[in-house]
Amino acid sequence: MANGTIAVPGRTAEVDFYKVKGKYKGILSWLLTTDHKRIGILYLCSITFFFLVAMTLGVLMRLEMLTPGETFMKAQTYNSLFTLHGVIMVFLFVIPSIPAIFGNFMLPLQIGAKDVQFPRLNLLSWYLYIIGGGLAVLSLFTGGGIMDTGWTFYVPYSIRTTTNVSLSVFAAFVLGFATILTGLNFITTIHRLRCPGMTWFRMPLFVWALYATSWIQVLATPVIGITLVLIILERAFGIGIFDPTLGGDPLLYQHMFWIYSHPAVYIMILPAMGVVSEIIPTFAKKPIFGYVPIAISSLGIALVGYLVWGHHMFSSGISDTSRVIFSLLTFMVALPSGIKIFNWVATLYKGSITITAPMLFVLLFIFIFSIGGLTGLVLGALNTDLHLTDTYFVVAHFHYVMFGGMGLIFFASLHYWFPKMFGKMYNEKMAKVAAYWIAIGFNTLYFPMFIMGYMGMPRRYYDYLPEFQVYHIISTVGSWILVSGILIMFYNLLSGLKNGKKATDNPWGGTTLEWSVASPPPLENFDEIPVVTTGPYDHHHIHGEEQNKNNE
Amino acid sequence: MNNNTDSAAEEIHEVHVHRDDFGSKMGLWLFLLTEILLFGGLFLLYAGYRFKYPEGFAAAASELDVLMGAVNTIVLLTSSLTVVLGIVALQKNKLKLSLFFLWCTVFCGIIFLVNKYFEWGAKFHHGIYPKGPKLQEMSEGEVMYFGLYYVMTGLHGLHIIIGLAFIGIVMYRMKKKVITSTNFQKLENAGLYWHIVDIIWIFLFPLLYLIH
Repeated sequence: MANGTIAVPGRTAEVDFYKVKGKYKGILSWLLTTDHKRIGILYLCSITFFFLVAMTLGVLMRLEMLTPGETFMKAQTYNSLFTLHGVIMVFLFVIPSIPAIFGNFMLPLQIGAKDVQFPRLNLLSWYLYIIGGGLAVLSLFTGGGIMDTGWTFYVPYSIRTTTNVSLSVFAAFVLGFATILTGLNFITTIHRLRCPGMTWFRMPLFVWALYATSWIQVLATPVIGITLVLIILERAFGIGIFDPTLGGDPLLYQHMFWIYSHPAVYIMILPAMGVVSEIIPTFAKKPIFGYVPIAISSLGIALVGYLVWGHHMFSSGISDTSRVIFSLLTFMVALPSGIKIFNWVATLYKGSITITAPMLFVLLFIFIFSIGGLTGLVLGALNTDLHLTDTYFVVAHFHYVMFGGMGLIFFASLHYWFPKMFGKMYNEKMAKVAAYWIAIGFNTLYFPMFIMGYMGMPRRYYDYLPEFQVYHIISTVGSWILVSGILIMFYNLLSGLKNGKKATDNPWGGTTLEWSVASPPPLENFDEIPVVTTGPYDHHHIHGEEQNKNNE
Repeated sequence: MNNNTDSAAEEIHEVHVHRDDFGSKMGLWLFLLTEILLFGGLFLLYAGYRFKYPEGFAAAASELDVLMGAVNTIVLLTSSLTVVLGIVALQKNKLKLSLFFLWCTVFCGIIFLVNKYFEWGAKFHHGIYPKGPKLQEMSEGEVMYFGLYYVMTGLHGLHIIIGLAFIGIVMYRMKKKVITSTNFQKLENAGLYWHIVDIIWIFLFPLLYLIH
């Protein structure tokens, strides 16, 4: 096909990509690899590491909030903790995780390609990610102490504080570069490397979601790049652009920040929605209901999501006209999201549903994410937002959409593609127990935040009035349940990796191309580039001869 | 994407010979889009502050040397022309001529930077720099103008340096016969990058020098 790859002799392709003997041995075979699957695994390890770090910080924050006043840390430490928790979660976990791990691993497999378009650029992106993460860690131990601005780096505080803002902001800049290069790579890959017969409307919906996400990554990230550079320049030279004492306007900073950071919310959630659209047809044994609307709604979310940043600034002093327009546009984002939810539920209707661990995570996601989405409308409406801005209601809302949305689907993807990535199975029963345990912990942790936020508990406060204590106690207990669930889940996956029974090529009866190759896939993915003749979720073809010759 | 990738695949069988000029160009165009948005943030700030401080901006803009800016504009436009000529020459398999044209581009780029050095140097000499003595006496609008002036021209200058490095690497690989008359996409990419640097200047020049 157009990519000009040379067909590989059948024999060598049978060896899975972990066992192939290449130019480099041992650790170098990972650090110098350009194989998209190995890079996916590299991301998996590094991103999971940062997730566990940020999760620990979150648990410590919750523990501090158990009693009013000082429980076991100083107020300044608490400020640093919520900043770090936010920065690590947002920039090192939520934004990169699904595209960088599962996008890297699955995208070429799902479109019938041997690798991404720019394999070496792909490796460079991982190194930029690691350098960015390393700089963020370095900023903890150097300069004037751990940054305490919150993850939004709002001016003028971020140009006044003596803590180590410049280095952390530079770390975020480098991470942005990694995001841009990954997005650029994926867009070109999807345009250039689809196998014969894989037309745009035969692509799996995960690929559609990655495509929309990649465009946001390319179009939004540079804006935050220049904004962060301006903070560094402001701190180093005092150029005045964001400094009110020199005539600069902090509101413009907020605009520039949210022009990126609101679309970034969709960088986080769109790939997760793509994974849901993969898992549901597989376990309902039905073609997805409304393929085209789901595909187009991803682009719709990307487009409208670009125009709603002002709803983060309803109480910042922007004009009434712009507030009304931003509020209206915000309500419009609910439409494509609603389209997706209804189509997923309609796919389940009269399906032959098997509740496996990944499916369970998806069903929990639909429940939890709907709560997050609907409370988003409460915040998108002007009057209620003025009452709820900067309260725990906002914290609860974005944890329901970020963690309940993207986080749960990250776990679902881990369970769904685990057999394909590692060629092993995990303990299904324990995985389901972990899923329920996580869902119980999640709601216990975050639901009380809606209530206390509504009652007026402000976010990012170290101290609180005694009447809020009962909610804080429930919430803190919830954090323990949630964390134990997550630990059970990771323990189960790790023991599956070690002792699990061997996975077949297609343990779930999936219909997309990644299930037509061995588990784990061979180095070059396909013996010969496949030819696609049907849509992605055609269950009549699952036992067909031509597409699934590797299956039993 | 490249034939000397260090992938493990290389050892076993010759894959990744895969050369896709169209894909390579597409990747670069996407990258150029990010460059436009990077500067787009600054143009947004420029628009916002120009609206807020029209007098200050007019007063500050008259401090700039229009002649210097015009010379630099001509220099950059010429350099873009020579890059194109260099690409055409390579396509016609005239390596020496192509390298000559690219040297012209590099020369123009360096002249631009030298001019910029003298422009900035003169401003610094007069105390017009962030926290400088003269700038502190000026109005808020002028402070804002010069803040943007230094950031925009500075970032643009950085892009000139990156563009020159890009062209330099391509010239080296042309000499090594890696980039040839049948495999010239990398040169075309370097040319495209140089054009975007040029185009950004085409917008900076009127915004900073000509509008009073």
